[in-house]
Amino acid sequence: MKLETLSQAVGEWLRGTGPESDIVMSSRVRLARNVAHYPFVSRATEQDRADIERFLRERIATAPVGQGLEYIDVGHLEEVDRQLLVERQLISRELAEAQGARSVAIDGREQVSLMINEEDHLRIQCMHSGLDLKGVWEQIKVVDDQIEKVVPYAFHERFGYLTACPTNVGTGIRVSVMLHLPALVITRQIDKVFRSLHKISLAVRGLYGEGSQAMGDFYQISNQTTLGKTEEELVEQVGDVVPVLIDYERRAREFLVRETQQNVHDQVSRAYGILRTAQTISAEETMQLLSRVRMGVLLGLIGDVKISDINVLLVRTQPAHLQKIRGVELDTKDRNIERARYLRQHFEAGGPGARASAN
Amino acid sequence: MKCQKCDKQAVFHITELETGEVRELHLCEDHARAYLNQSEPVGDGDGPEEGKSSGGALVGPLGVGQTADELAVLDQKACGMCGITFFEFRNQGRLGCPHDYVHFEKELEPLIANIHGATTHTGRRPSRGQTVGEAALPEGTEELTAVIGMRSSMKEAISLEDYEKAKEDRDAIRAVEERWLGPPKAQ
Repeated sequence: MKLETLSQAVGEWLRGTGPESDIVMSSRVRLARNVAHYPFVSRATEQDRADIERFLRERIATAPVGQGLEYIDVGHLEEVDRQLLVERQLISRELAEAQGARSVAIDGREQVSLMINEEDHLRIQCMHSGLDLKGVWEQIKVVDDQIEKVVPYAFHERFGYLTACPTNVGTGIRVSVMLHLPALVITRQIDKVFRSLHKISLAVRGLYGEGSQAMGDFYQISNQTTLGKTEEELVEQVGDVVPVLIDYERRAREFLVRETQQNVHDQVSRAYGILRTAQTISAEETMQLLSRVRMGVLLGLIGDVKISDINVLLVRTQPAHLQKIRGVELDTKDRNIERARYLRQHFEAGGPGARASAN
Repeated sequence: MKCQKCDKQAVFHITELETGEVRELHLCEDHARAYLNQSEPVGDGDGPEEGKSSGGALVGPLGVGQTADELAVLDQKACGMCGITFFEFRNQGRLGCPHDYVHFEKELEPLIANIHGATTHTGRRPSRGQTVGEAALPEGTEELTAVIGMRSSMKEAISLEDYEKAKEDRDAIRAVEERWLGPPKAQ
């Protein structure tokens, strides 16, 4: 797989389609699995890791799901390419920064990704655009079943699927949805929402994974426990709370329009103005402004921008994507200049379909 | 992070699993030594009052029923397969191999109960398909995991030039792997 092609393509979670996609960016499920006859990754020798990687790659290739997968040897990638995969949510930051033999297998639609030698030997991930947890669960279940036929997963009668960290033991499942909640942030209700989520054992993270600060009002909601409930119950636990959050966000948006229309209109217009005219701009600021513009479009305050375009810009203005698109390595200062140029060209040309020329 | 008893840097991070709850202690070298030697509750002041400060309340119950010797023994307890000690697990938060869940079952159980509010898996179970030879395999994968220990044993035998033992180990590994993974492929 050419990573250059990847940076030009539109990934699954960027499509901006699917149910409730004005608020739900994507739905994702991952399963943590380990083979029974090797030490867990953190205790595995260099040789073990290479053996585990080869064992899994060879075995998975014999399963039907293995046919449509493209393997990427993460250990031998340049840093910018590893970063590119992180930005597309195809690998975790942990896999990007790990040592030794490790890889990822991705299907052509970027829905399924299999990480080998992350914290666990195998992390199966499946992602759909919009709200579709049931669809994602049905798909990943098939992938898991097919791999289980050819790979002996470590399993304990009472504790279930065994994982390197006891926080994942049992089902090994993490169910998550990524939500765009700008109105709850603006109306300062977001902390209250998060506190109530913690009470029902749900975790909240920022857009880019573990412990990172939420950027641009994008939040991931996921289950915290993995043992004692079935996979379906855990999918439901996360799924049940989503309509409630959607309802809160919609009401907050209506409130903003009703009570502070001028303010909101001013805010989103200014955000749009900066994106179209800035000469240098950081990734964080870009994300924050794109978030505001995204809300403005959904509220009908900005007319000539498509939601799918904003989703694409959210990823293409990330550091590694920007460098891949420009075809050169850039330091932070130059990236900020290039990012501003990319945004200006994009909005002048009227969409990412009209490819901005490199110079 | 500072020691809970003084202003020095905490270098010992002790996780207690005693009362079915996870309790953490962060101590400097001196206070950790005092704690482990005397097996007395560590307060965060020198005063005699009990359970007044949060630090005292946190570590108060730890001294009960857990002597320094018992702690030391627990920390030294090592998995026969991957060799990880409980001390290493507590420091890293990651286990060494699937057998740890069997070897440290008693110690892990309260920890798991605390994290998940449950200790029994109720979700999907493996339906062993083509991996299974003619013999029925047990649901748990302990037998296959034992290969990890056999591999270390084989390595050790080789380093001691005990080739007889190394060959025995190799044959034992092959037998288990063949049962679980099917006949070996030509390499």
